[in-house]
Amino acid sequence: MTALAESDGGIVACWSCRGPVAALALFCHTCGAVQPPRQLDHFQRLGLERGFEVDLAELDRRYFGLQRNLHPDRFARRGAKERAIAESQAASLNQAYETLKEPLARAAYLLELAGRRSAAAHAATVDDAELLNEAMENREALMEAEDNAAIDRIARKAKDSAEACLAELSLAFRRNDIEGADRLATRLRYWQKLAEEARGKRRLMEGTAI
Amino acid sequence: MNLLQIHEPGSTPDPHAGETELAIGIDLGTTNTVAAVATPEGPEVLRAADGAGLLPSVVHYRADGGVEVGAEALAALIDDPTHVVASIKRLMGRGAEDVRSLAGHLPFEIVPGAGMVRLKIRDRLLTPVEVSAEILRAAKARAEQDLGRPVARAVVTVPAYFDDAARVATKDAARLAGLEVLRLVNEPTAAALAYGLDKQAEGVFAIYDLGGGTFDISLLRLEKGVFQVLATGGDTALGGDDFDHAIAERFLAERSGKLSAGEAKQALLLARRAKEELSGKERGSWRLDLGGRASNHSLDRATLEDMIAPAVNRSLAIVRGVLADAGLEPSQIDGVVLVGGSTRLPLVRRRIAELFGRPALADIDPDEVVALGAALQARALTCGSDTLLLDVIPLSLGLETMGGIVEKIVDRNTPIPVAKAQVFTTYQDGQTGMLLHVVQGERETVDQCRSLARFELKGFPPMTAGAARIKVTFAVDADGLLSVEAEEETHHVRAGIEVRPSYGLSDDDMARMLRDSMENAEDDMRRRLLIEARVDADRVLQALDAAMAADRALASEDERAAIAAAAERLKALKAGEDRELITAAIEALEKTALPFAQRRIDRAIGQALSGRSLDEVEASMAIGAASRPGATGAASAEAGS
Repeated sequence: MTALAESDGGIVACWSCRGPVAALALFCHTCGAVQPPRQLDHFQRLGLERGFEVDLAELDRRYFGLQRNLHPDRFARRGAKERAIAESQAASLNQAYETLKEPLARAAYLLELAGRRSAAAHAATVDDAELLNEAMENREALMEAEDNAAIDRIARKAKDSAEACLAELSLAFRRNDIEGADRLATRLRYWQKLAEEARGKRRLMEGTAI
Repeated sequence: MNLLQIHEPGSTPDPHAGETELAIGIDLGTTNTVAAVATPEGPEVLRAADGAGLLPSVVHYRADGGVEVGAEALAALIDDPTHVVASIKRLMGRGAEDVRSLAGHLPFEIVPGAGMVRLKIRDRLLTPVEVSAEILRAAKARAEQDLGRPVARAVVTVPAYFDDAARVATKDAARLAGLEVLRLVNEPTAAALAYGLDKQAEGVFAIYDLGGGTFDISLLRLEKGVFQVLATGGDTALGGDDFDHAIAERFLAERSGKLSAGEAKQALLLARRAKEELSGKERGSWRLDLGGRASNHSLDRATLEDMIAPAVNRSLAIVRGVLADAGLEPSQIDGVVLVGGSTRLPLVRRRIAELFGRPALADIDPDEVVALGAALQARALTCGSDTLLLDVIPLSLGLETMGGIVEKIVDRNTPIPVAKAQVFTTYQDGQTGMLLHVVQGERETVDQCRSLARFELKGFPPMTAGAARIKVTFAVDADGLLSVEAEEETHHVRAGIEVRPSYGLSDDDMARMLRDSMENAEDDMRRRLLIEARVDADRVLQALDAAMAADRALASEDERAAIAAAAERLKALKAGEDRELITAAIEALEKTALPFAQRRIDRAIGQALSGRSLDEVEASMAIGAASRPGATGAASAEAGS
């Protein structure tokens, strides 16, 4: 009964009182029971407009507001069924929030919605020769770096490049240039990974590998 | 905020409701265990008759078959060390492989077996779960004595760094002790609650917890009454015990002779006293009287600090790593909370103040702060609260793929609960089954991660390599416990497990232990199921009342009479003790009311199709209800009238 079929006017049966409830409602308006999560995309679930530009403060506000009402802790005194439903609601919210919070995950998700399986999200072959060259050079430089200053230089470069990439990515999405966005998202993934590797190496040099 | 209690006019509340309401907080520590309760006046530690709040996490198995926990067990360490178990928390959820490095350091034999390690003590083979259950049972008894009433539910704290196996083991231990765990809460989070950070301005807080056996650092973000764990890190083998060992070794190097296990324990206790006293004074001298031979040992604070500096530095390096993970500088932290007895050491306080550029919060006893926070959370869960705790998963979860490489499915620091799925495929032609190996950890290869569970998906038809679509779903609940399910999507062949991994206990084991160790266990289990059935009965009765209030006209007189009769039957049975009768009455009532419910749906769909925008009406109502979580009775009455 979760599909939003035209013929049922967006009405489904409440699992608790068995009466009618709007398919998008979180709680039954008659008996108050929490409703299971429906098939929604992450933007719909958090009540945001679909797009790469997301107001992070607004995202937080909506996520926290929903989680305050749907988290299983809110149902600790209620029956097992309601707790289980709250759990799946909270899990759906967490997944939506995690995906939309990080620009890279958000970009990959938008590409996925546009029907494109991006190398930014999957371990797929990258066919960007320029990127592959850069990657090799930088990784070599990181491997050869022997002091903190050298590592920090690489980390800084990675950070700056990631930021530049992000700005271009935003433009590409606005132009609805899916192919360009895919290419930039893959680059963003690479720069972020390099920054992380630089951090990891620094930690290793300080004698704490965790 | 209090949940509304809804009674029928003239009826009395469930006579059993009261005893299920009270819930305590328990900090099940490596060295000490503390229980606390929160009242509207605030949280307080539950104490023994002599005023002691700390219950040493030590269990003594006596020759006569009796079991002692706490101070008495600690005293027995001297005379009967091979039958006394201390620091059992370090073994929670551990397999024989994990503890090989500890062999020789423990005074009793460790018996490898299927899954979890067992300790051979006298003629008994004990799992860490059973030993921990003894400690929890003692904490429960102490709480009940102090409160003067039975306690059945608790929030139990675990280190943020505890993996799935250790969390499962902790929950099992509580169950064995006759406690229902409302929630496992990370210790640092509990500490933040105790300091009332949830009531303060918004910000990011660091909780530095250096206990007897473990070190944890957690970064919490507080925003709009929601506590979010941003990142956690730690080391399960770093703590004050290490300092005690270092001091004891130094003292023992200053004298000759081999020691018995009991004498070694005595040396450790003295070392610990020296460590504690050096927090208050610059230097001192201690007398070690072993085997009829006494020796004097002096130590000053500067030397002690040199000895422990590497460990403190290690903890600070982990702090910096966790800050980097969260993309934060030390100066961006709005407050630092100290937890654990080892944070009394002046060196620790100094180094933390240096790193963060501010002194840490330390005015609550660092040994009690976690239990106090757990008590507050227990009260929040049973009585309602404006604060919400959002936890993250401490370690990444993944699957073994070709060549022993780990494919991560759920990354660490992902908020929980969470459910994530990934599709895998077969690598051989004609393959009809797949072995799934679930692992936990941050490393790339399986042998460097912790193995949690293995299970097999089998019986799908042979296909060419790469043709099968096997969807594996990882679900982690609000306590951080994992279940994994695999499904071959084209032929709908499924398999799944709740990860009570190689290290956890099987349900059979659990049932046996419950039988062995507690006469009341079966009663407890029955009672819990009965309460659950009563809760469900209340839900159905309330839901039906609300529906009737909203759409009374849609039921015929006869139907209303039949529904009322079925409801009366359910109410009568609900007061009784027979769970199956209650469940049957619930089903009967729902069946009787089904035509009425169907008519309500038909009418709503009819109205929606005839142009009334019910979606909009309901959406606004849903938001109304959502703003009053838990107050479902009131929300429904209002919306329905």
